[in-house]
Amino acid sequence: MDDTQKVCASMPRIGEPAPQFEAPTTHGVLRLEDFKGEWLVLFSHPADFTPVCTTEFVAFAEVYPEFRKRSTELLGLSVDSVSSHIAGARNIEEKTGVKIPFPIIADLSKEVSTAYGMIHPGQSKTETVRCVFIIDPNQIIRAILYYPLTTGRNIQEILRIIDCLQTTDEHKVATPANWQPGQKVVVPAPGTQEAAEERLGQGYECVDWYLCKKNI
Amino acid sequence: MACITPDGAPTQAGRRMLQAIKQGASTPEEVARQTGLPIFSTRAGFRDFIEAGMIEQEGDVCRITEKGMKFIT
Repeated sequence: MDDTQKVCASMPRIGEPAPQFEAPTTHGVLRLEDFKGEWLVLFSHPADFTPVCTTEFVAFAEVYPEFRKRSTELLGLSVDSVSSHIAGARNIEEKTGVKIPFPIIADLSKEVSTAYGMIHPGQSKTETVRCVFIIDPNQIIRAILYYPLTTGRNIQEILRIIDCLQTTDEHKVATPANWQPGQKVVVPAPGTQEAAEERLGQGYECVDWYLCKKNI
Repeated sequence: MACITPDGAPTQAGRRMLQAIKQGASTPEEVARQTGLPIFSTRAGFRDFIEAGMIEQEGDVCRITEKGMKFIT
């Protein structure tokens, strides 16, 4: 099996249990199960002391209180040592005044990045691409985002996805394109002809029987 | 270790955890609630403290040991 096949074989999928791990981090040795009961954003970056990663760490740290309001923790990862991560975090604080409040995995063995399919040999054989795994309190993968090495992530979109998923879980609805909290949500499409006929009389805002919205 | 320094003493956060355990918190969840520390941190801390002999586990609950008491008295 070549490198590409190994990476593809271990790509996790939405709806599957997140691969368990125990790994050294800037907050000591942590296990995935330590985060059980909360939402988790596991994200990888190519390396410490790189420009785009630095902007992302600052952006994640600045929005960290918003993640905590949503019972969500952040966990970074790259194929660097704990010492490198500590130096990187200290450098960011020194140069920007922003303290990194969340742990960062030092994945020198590449065990975690391989389990999560974070290394894409077409981009780099040694560095992780910019992956985001949104993991729910039951440790099921609920969303996956991949960005190339050259594109910094949109942190507000990650927050929005968490808002969408939590709203879906709480109200059993879906969320339309560009949805933001407070806007109307999509009522699940009817599964039978009878339900479709009844749908239009149920007081929802409907474009047609399969696309109806309501306030929550 | 998350809550223990390389010389074997608890970190500042570790001392807060031990203090909470001394005051009756017996699970990582209770310690997180009492101290405001993240739950992932208290779960990892409990592992470290048990391994270091600063707390001991009986069933589902933990209590501070004599060794653990030395660091908060």
